[in-house]
Amino acid sequence: MAQIFHRSTNLIARVSILGSVFIIAAVTWALAALNRSPYVTQVGVAREQPVPFSHKHHVKQLGIDCRYCHTSVEESRFAGIPPTETCMTCHSQIHATSPMLEPVRESWRTDRPIPWTRVYDLPDFVYFDHSIHVKKGVACVTCHGPVDEMPLVWKASTLHMEWCLECHRQPERYIRPREEVFRTDWVPREDQRELGRRLVRAYGIDRPERLTDCSVCHR
Amino acid sequence: MVEKGSPASWDIAALRARLAGKRGRVFWRSLEELAEDPAFVQFLKSEFPTPAPESVDRRTFLKLMGASLALAGLSSACTRQPTERIFPYTRAPEEIIPGVPLFYATAMTLGGFAYGVLVESHMGRPTKIEGNPQHPASLGATDVFTQASILTLYDPDRSQVVLYRGGIHTWAAFWGAVAAERERWQATRGAGVRLLTETVTSPTLADQVRQLLALFPEARWHQYEPVSRDHQKAGARLAFGRVVETRYRLREARVVLSLEADFLAWGPDHLRHAREFIARRRAETEPSEWNRLYVFESTPSLTGAMADHRFPVRASQIELIARALARRLGLEVPEPDWAALGVEPRLVEALARDLERHRGESVILVGETQPPVVHALGHALNHLLGNVGRTIIYTEPVEAEPVEQRASLRELAEDMDAGRVDALIILGANPVYTAPADLQFAERMNRVRWRAHVGLYADETAALCHWHLPESHFLEAWGDGRAPDGTVTIMQPLIAPLYETRSAHEVLAALLGQAERPGYEIVREYWRRQFEAGRITGFADFETFWRTVLHDGVVPETYLPPVSVSVQWDAIKAEVAKRPARAPDGVEIVFRPDPAVWDGRFANNGWLQELPKPLTKLTWDNAALIAPALAERLGVRNGDVIELRVHDRRVLAPVWILPGQAVETVTVHLGYGRWRAGRVGSHVGFDAYRLRASSAPWFEVGVEIRRTDRRHELVSTQDHHSMEGRHLVRVATLEEYRANPRFAQELGHDPPPDLTLYPEHRYDGYSWGMVIDLNACIGCNACVIACQAENNIPVVGKREVKIGREMQWIRIDRYFEGRDLEHPEIYHQPVLCMHCDHAPCETVCPTGATVHSHEGLNQMTYNRCVGTRYCSNNCPYKVRRFNFRLYADWATETLKMQRNPDVTVRSRGVMEKCTYCVQRINAARIEAKKHERAIRDGEILTACQQACPTEAIVFGNLNDPESRVARWKAHVLNYGILTELNTRPRTTYLARLRNPNPDVVAILREESR
Repeated sequence: MAQIFHRSTNLIARVSILGSVFIIAAVTWALAALNRSPYVTQVGVAREQPVPFSHKHHVKQLGIDCRYCHTSVEESRFAGIPPTETCMTCHSQIHATSPMLEPVRESWRTDRPIPWTRVYDLPDFVYFDHSIHVKKGVACVTCHGPVDEMPLVWKASTLHMEWCLECHRQPERYIRPREEVFRTDWVPREDQRELGRRLVRAYGIDRPERLTDCSVCHR
Repeated sequence: MVEKGSPASWDIAALRARLAGKRGRVFWRSLEELAEDPAFVQFLKSEFPTPAPESVDRRTFLKLMGASLALAGLSSACTRQPTERIFPYTRAPEEIIPGVPLFYATAMTLGGFAYGVLVESHMGRPTKIEGNPQHPASLGATDVFTQASILTLYDPDRSQVVLYRGGIHTWAAFWGAVAAERERWQATRGAGVRLLTETVTSPTLADQVRQLLALFPEARWHQYEPVSRDHQKAGARLAFGRVVETRYRLREARVVLSLEADFLAWGPDHLRHAREFIARRRAETEPSEWNRLYVFESTPSLTGAMADHRFPVRASQIELIARALARRLGLEVPEPDWAALGVEPRLVEALARDLERHRGESVILVGETQPPVVHALGHALNHLLGNVGRTIIYTEPVEAEPVEQRASLRELAEDMDAGRVDALIILGANPVYTAPADLQFAERMNRVRWRAHVGLYADETAALCHWHLPESHFLEAWGDGRAPDGTVTIMQPLIAPLYETRSAHEVLAALLGQAERPGYEIVREYWRRQFEAGRITGFADFETFWRTVLHDGVVPETYLPPVSVSVQWDAIKAEVAKRPARAPDGVEIVFRPDPAVWDGRFANNGWLQELPKPLTKLTWDNAALIAPALAERLGVRNGDVIELRVHDRRVLAPVWILPGQAVETVTVHLGYGRWRAGRVGSHVGFDAYRLRASSAPWFEVGVEIRRTDRRHELVSTQDHHSMEGRHLVRVATLEEYRANPRFAQELGHDPPPDLTLYPEHRYDGYSWGMVIDLNACIGCNACVIACQAENNIPVVGKREVKIGREMQWIRIDRYFEGRDLEHPEIYHQPVLCMHCDHAPCETVCPTGATVHSHEGLNQMTYNRCVGTRYCSNNCPYKVRRFNFRLYADWATETLKMQRNPDVTVRSRGVMEKCTYCVQRINAARIEAKKHERAIRDGEILTACQQACPTEAIVFGNLNDPESRVARWKAHVLNYGILTELNTRPRTTYLARLRNPNPDVVAILREESR
């Protein structure tokens, strides 16, 4: 019986078997890279909002404290999105006719909320509490990035678990005195590690083993 | 009832012989276990009993695998979160901090009486109900109904629109119809107008009804509830010539005699009864301070299960026992037939002696199921024993109009029959379903010209009324109600009505010519009038009063003071003399409200339907309960359908054999067999109301039983998750305990502490643990439902329960003990995750989804779980639950609102189990850390602990030697189960003690010889 396959088929078979290892590795790498890319994580992608609210303007130029709007950040797991009322305290007087602010006024008139787009969205099986982080010296900008430089807010961190753990494993690398938590321009005047270690003791922050227990965040 | 076949009955005689042959204390869970029934053995052997697998051929398998692999690869890498929106308030309410729940005090009413509750609200969304510690009928505890009522609020089957002759209509049209009716009534002074309500304690509602009756003097008010308190009222009338409220102070009682009184689980005051009764029999109680409980009953109840001496007798024999006891204690009543008592006369003598020894420290409670004469005898005995004023007090009735409700309903039915009823307004009641069969209520109701029904559901009664008006749930409406001691709670809504509903107050206001008057105004106006009339004192002004009582959930000083009563000895004696000296022969039918769906009103509540009933562990069904001996005589086994016939009334019912049932009785539970309950509750079980006569509401002699060749699948969880171990429940009498306090620990075989291959855990900070006092656990199931509500536990349905897939994180194992099939002792043991220090589940998880925390918690991380189920396989306690299907309802919008936002809603393929309410631990930890202090003892209450009426569960930090849990752990009665496996459980138990009367024990021993 005649040969069905040419001799060269052997080589092709060998190459493709060997090559498949590389192909699989490449695909895996590509997927992993995609998973960490801004396309999936949305890091650095400015999100459009119903009202083009600029943190840069309000925080940097006007010097409004974070807590003026995010009122529950020290008391609740949720930092709080300001009610329309908060906007209107100023904007009933300032830029009271600006077309950009029409959605705000409309919300005020009709008593319907402004549908803000969520920027930081944790999976539903993760429980994060703002109040305790703020109390323990984790600054707003540590996670949210230079908000005072953002005309429209973008996500500054992936919110991947590895990112959370980076701090839960070594809190001393990130924490600062609680008085400075709401500052956007604070830089440590001494060695961060040194300061951090001192603060970890002072604030009674749990040891990393405890902080990385699953049930701290998952329940 | 589909299965056909002619099953062989078990050989009950052989079971008896097998039991008699065992030595030592014998604990058993079911007859199947005793019989070593092959089906049982097989169920036990298979870790995950599964239905026959659907056959998949190789080709399909590869196709499915390929497709799912491809999808898995895609989805794991490209899960781009969808864009979500945040909707802030436009004007923020002052008191709400987003993310921090608020608690509001209000009350739930059942049987007319108020149970004070605190309701957890997440930004206006009520999610969980807890007891109000300030409320006298709650004391901080709840029962299954209060816990489950939150689900009823969100039940998608609740009535949502006004119906007129079955078609959708509007409130405006109804107000118009009422206006027209009112004109008619004015002309006739209300002749033929009838109002039917359930029991009313609400001062506002009573006031409205009285106004209505003043406006239309010929109108009549009827009250009916199938589980009423008629016999108590009639008994008091017989004993004292008037209706009074009987209040027990069980904390003061040393000897408690219950004549079929299920005081731990039934009646508006049962939570307080349980707390006070158990106060004298906890592990911490000094043995010399213990109380003793005797129970005579026809069918096992939770109270009976707690008894030191429980005597199963026929319901009709209890009257004779009361009579014999009364005679013995000095009341000159005719002698009963001593041979017909159902118990050895010497036992009555021993009991009488015990009661006499504890004059002023004993109490006799008579159950609603017993006729008025027994209640009167009970009152007389309590007087003779000097208990009045000490263990028992009397007050004026709490009900606004304490009528005998069956008479009231009969009068209504007869008037309807005679055409004397022109307009009928039904508030809340469902008489078409619940009325006694002989009243032919539905038929007669059709003769009424104008019929309107107000109710939570468009139920059986609604279907036969012209108008059906959807009623607001108690969490949506203003109202008020009274506790059994008279204390008033003003009920405030937690949420605006989800649908176009109105409260009973608002509908009554329309009848009074005030349509669309808001409930808030009605209730507030009533209390303003009371305040201005000077009936409420101690508040500067009305606004202060109003805010204070809403905040506290009770109106202070509204309890009723004790009144003195005089016993009408002659009337009681005369009444007793009229009664026969022995009960008629024949099998008795006994009616009981269902422990899960009560009189049927909770039929559409999935949590309650799936709740294993305390003693039978049946779910999703009711059954005809019979004793093993009767089963033997009839030749039937569990699930055989029998026909029950009382006179011309008959139903088909599946049999369930219940050890401890009196032999000549059949017990049926009300509340099932509904045909318009909703998609959960309709056509489940059989309708026992069809056997019930208005003259014999609780038992009737002369039921005929006929075997049929049909079978009905009854699903009981009693054999699920069996631990097959020894010494799970450890019991001793007080005497044995005194002789050997360490008996519980000696029964265990704990390996030495250094015998382990695993590295030791270190717990520097907190170390959480739990102890359950088996002396205090009454098996009421409140913890099971509380856990379900707190932890977003889904309902799986009867089919899934059948194959052992129920999801409740706590199960209450019920054990029978003893060699006598007919007369076992009954024990409860709640079993939840033990949070073992050497957890077998942790070592086998391939993905590290279940790991040990540094505070001793055995953590379950859902997002890591891939569903291998190895953990469950390796768990000796069988406390892990697997989501075999997508059990959580992700589709129904209203049900989503109930979910606890602090707990993940699990998806398919994920293992879950008790977390020790880690969300509550974390909340307390964050709170404590914010204030830079340690978590205080008692600051964390797990959901089960908080609900428990008897405080049987204690949770806390084992590293704090001063904590309650550490002190309980140090108690000599403390023991762990299956510790011989070196699991080192963190959940342990305090062994159960009993306090039998040596005289009675001697008599019983002699008898059995």
